[in-house]
Amino acid sequence: MPFNLLVLACFLYVAFLFTVAFLVERRADRRRLGWLRSPLVYTLSLSIYCTAWTFYGAVGYAARSGLEFLTIYFGPTLVFVGWWWLLRKLVRIGRQHHVTSVADLISSRYGKSNTLGVIVTMLAVVAATPYIALQLQSVVLSFGVFASAAPDGSRPLEAGQIAVWVAVGLALFTILFGTRNLDAREQHHGIVTAIAVEAVVKLVALLAVGSFVVWGIAGGVADVIARIDAADLAAWQVQPGRWTGLILLSAAAVITLPRMFQVMVVENEDEGHLARASWAFPLYLLGMSLFIVPIAVVGLERMPAGANPDMFVLTLPLAEGQAALAMLAFLGGFSSATSMVIVESIALATMISNHVMIPLWLRLRPGAAEEDDLRSVVLMARRLAIAAVLALGYGYYQLSGGSAALASIGLIAFLGVAQVLPAMLGGIFWRGATRTGAILGLVTGLTVWAYTSFLPSFGPGAVLPETVFADGLFGLGWLRPHALFGTQAMDPIIHALFWSMALNVLAFCLGSLFTFPGPVERLQGAAFVNIFEGAVGPQRWARGRAEPEALLGMAQRILGEETALSLFQSAARAQGKEVFLPDPTPAFLDQLEARLSGSVGAATAHAMISQLVGRATVTVEDLMAVASESAQILEYSARLEAREAELTRTAGALREANEKLTQLSLQKDAFLSQISHELRTPMTSIRAFSEILTEGDLPAEAVMRYGRIIHDEAKRLTRLLDDLLDLSVLENGAVQLNLGLASLQGMIDTALTAARQTRPDRDFQVVRDLPAEAIYLRTDADRLTQVFINLISNARKYCDAPRAELRIVVLQRSGRVTVDFIDNGKGIPKESQALIFEKFARLTDANRAGGAGLGLAICREIMTNLGGSVAYLPGQRGAAFRVTVPLRLERLAA
Amino acid sequence: MRRPKRPLFLARAPYRRRRLRDAARLLPVLGAFLLLLPLLWTPGSRMALTSGDVVYFFSVWLVLIVLAAAFAPGLRGGEGADDEED
Repeated sequence: MPFNLLVLACFLYVAFLFTVAFLVERRADRRRLGWLRSPLVYTLSLSIYCTAWTFYGAVGYAARSGLEFLTIYFGPTLVFVGWWWLLRKLVRIGRQHHVTSVADLISSRYGKSNTLGVIVTMLAVVAATPYIALQLQSVVLSFGVFASAAPDGSRPLEAGQIAVWVAVGLALFTILFGTRNLDAREQHHGIVTAIAVEAVVKLVALLAVGSFVVWGIAGGVADVIARIDAADLAAWQVQPGRWTGLILLSAAAVITLPRMFQVMVVENEDEGHLARASWAFPLYLLGMSLFIVPIAVVGLERMPAGANPDMFVLTLPLAEGQAALAMLAFLGGFSSATSMVIVESIALATMISNHVMIPLWLRLRPGAAEEDDLRSVVLMARRLAIAAVLALGYGYYQLSGGSAALASIGLIAFLGVAQVLPAMLGGIFWRGATRTGAILGLVTGLTVWAYTSFLPSFGPGAVLPETVFADGLFGLGWLRPHALFGTQAMDPIIHALFWSMALNVLAFCLGSLFTFPGPVERLQGAAFVNIFEGAVGPQRWARGRAEPEALLGMAQRILGEETALSLFQSAARAQGKEVFLPDPTPAFLDQLEARLSGSVGAATAHAMISQLVGRATVTVEDLMAVASESAQILEYSARLEAREAELTRTAGALREANEKLTQLSLQKDAFLSQISHELRTPMTSIRAFSEILTEGDLPAEAVMRYGRIIHDEAKRLTRLLDDLLDLSVLENGAVQLNLGLASLQGMIDTALTAARQTRPDRDFQVVRDLPAEAIYLRTDADRLTQVFINLISNARKYCDAPRAELRIVVLQRSGRVTVDFIDNGKGIPKESQALIFEKFARLTDANRAGGAGLGLAICREIMTNLGGSVAYLPGQRGAAFRVTVPLRLERLAA
Repeated sequence: MRRPKRPLFLARAPYRRRRLRDAARLLPVLGAFLLLLPLLWTPGSRMALTSGDVVYFFSVWLVLIVLAAAFAPGLRGGEGADDEED
């Protein structure tokens, strides 16, 4: 294939990408993105994880180390299928806090500290530069494959020239589409879509080459499986440490790599996309690695012994005469390299401009925030940073001379950025993580990584002298880069992973445990860790003395005039003002800061606003004040609740009282009609008989009989009136109690004797427990005896058993004495039990033996006056009454 | 800032949703287990590259993807403050 054709294809492809990005940006400007904001595009854009290192290198990796290449994909797979743990929170934080990069996340979490931002930026740049060089190298190598295959031997371009042109082209593309505007959320729709297109090209290319190898060269799946078993690869054996360590490493890298963070968090449009990506991205990775082993195995079989296995994806189709397929594979590799470089340089440029260049600019020109057009300054800084990043990558490539040492740089870069992991995870899951801890951890990790992994990667004698490798730093044997503290049994990368992460975590935890975070730090910590619990914490700004006009001026210089004006206007409207300028309330300052931090990073935005507001934001006292304020609110609401409960109780009590009053009124009416009835019956007979007597002319015995009847009825009337009087006295509590010491047994004796007058004809057995009755009570003996008489008489009257029997059971417990009167009759039906203590309640008229139905009512009143009670005792087979009386009645007679 | 009291027991649908979240959290644990398991297969904890290994790893991978795809639709809606993860 003519080399020039290749260059032309390459050029056309790049032009195609430019067009795609341009069209998408235009649609984005008109806010008509439609399906371009779908989860599919999001998932495909995540594929920048697969760089040229994985596109070409995976086959080489498989050819050299068997299945170990899979670990690079297993880590991300585990992270994504477990998105509910971590990625969800990360994306939510990124969206809510307008995070622009990994460095911004870390700096924002730890009190908007720019120091941390600078450290992370430095780490990212150091780790990414060789990686970018690796991409350039892969492009150069793939060009080289075609060039050497060209028969005429004309090589119009040197490797260095190719690298230069690729770097320049990438810089141009990135600057054009990566720094078009200073979007509030750092989103680059054009670039993301171009990357999604490249992702498709990568996948299609690799699947095409794989299918060709499996079904074109080999004889199908079964044949490939047989070849795998027959290949030399079978001799490869896994090291458990490397296997586990590399899965962990790649899992950490997929979260912390600046380019992954850029597409995963910063460019995220919708959290729902993450749910789709949780399985779709692993599926993409599966697709990318599906044919790696067959390609490696067949390549090792078919290609000459000295062939570079890294280039099998290209050389295998070329050797089989499939030029078109080779071209596709070349474009796939080219896509992998370019997409990685583009996103990486954007991510790094954002970090560099936000955390290094702009703060420096503001430091050097203190008035800059109020004077210059910061917008163009930031954009220019970003363009310069992109160019610088690419220049660094190119310089590294030139310095290392495209050596084979680059091949291992992928894992080393992973390990470098993974140093951010403790600070990141600690920051979003542990409120106790502090800025000092994060700085210590990062610096420790960075140092150990550089010493054990990064610097030695240049080879012995390049940066670290050979004596250091052999004898350790300063001749200290336990400081050898590949055997820290004597651990020489480990594989170098695992050794570096182990020690850098262990010391990093240790420093981070110790630093956090022993330091006290500042107020902004604590505020941010709470906001990050509790991101799912809604707005947390107080305003970050006390009401300052900021001039709204100065703020507007600054916002205009960063956001652009129109955006800033509409932001201020809507804020003013929200405050209920009709003018353009809102009051600089804490809420507004917060909102403004969030918007600005989307463009220049949290630390810079914070610094700029505090320059105008003039006050160093919140203090610990403010935090405490807010805490006590919210505690007061809680307490207040608790008090309200208690009051409400009390009100409900009172209302219930009132309702009950009302019901009782109504009932009492009804009872009173009933009582009056009852009493008139009761009084009328004897009166009627007295009147009737006295009338007969006044007529005279009666036999003497009739006169005597009638006189006796009149006398009896009068006696009954008197008794009734006595009872009524007694009851009213008792009910009013105006009764005179005659307290004294009396024997219970004596009282019962008296009662039994007195009650014998009631139906003296009946044979009535009384069962008593005399020893139990030997109790002396301090009470009104006469009144109590009256109650006993009443109960015993009732039993004599109403017990309907043929052999009537009354049991009197006395029990004494805790200062009270109970006396039960239990007969063996039918008892009282359940529905009547509540009635019997009411006035004039008589169950049957059958045994109406002169009582007016007031007996039990009087008993009840007497017992109330005596501090005890009388109640019907159910479940005793017969009628049973329990009298409860205190052992000693202390109340003085009223 | 104390969060409002959460209900102790849930209705059927929220209960299922919460168990789905548990399942989604357990999935990477299961995955890690299955991917590290082959280290214990051969004596001396060494594993050679045979077609069986290749098939095993790709099967596990596919199972994880299918499970994650099965969980994802149910999880998409309910993120937020309505009930928290712990």
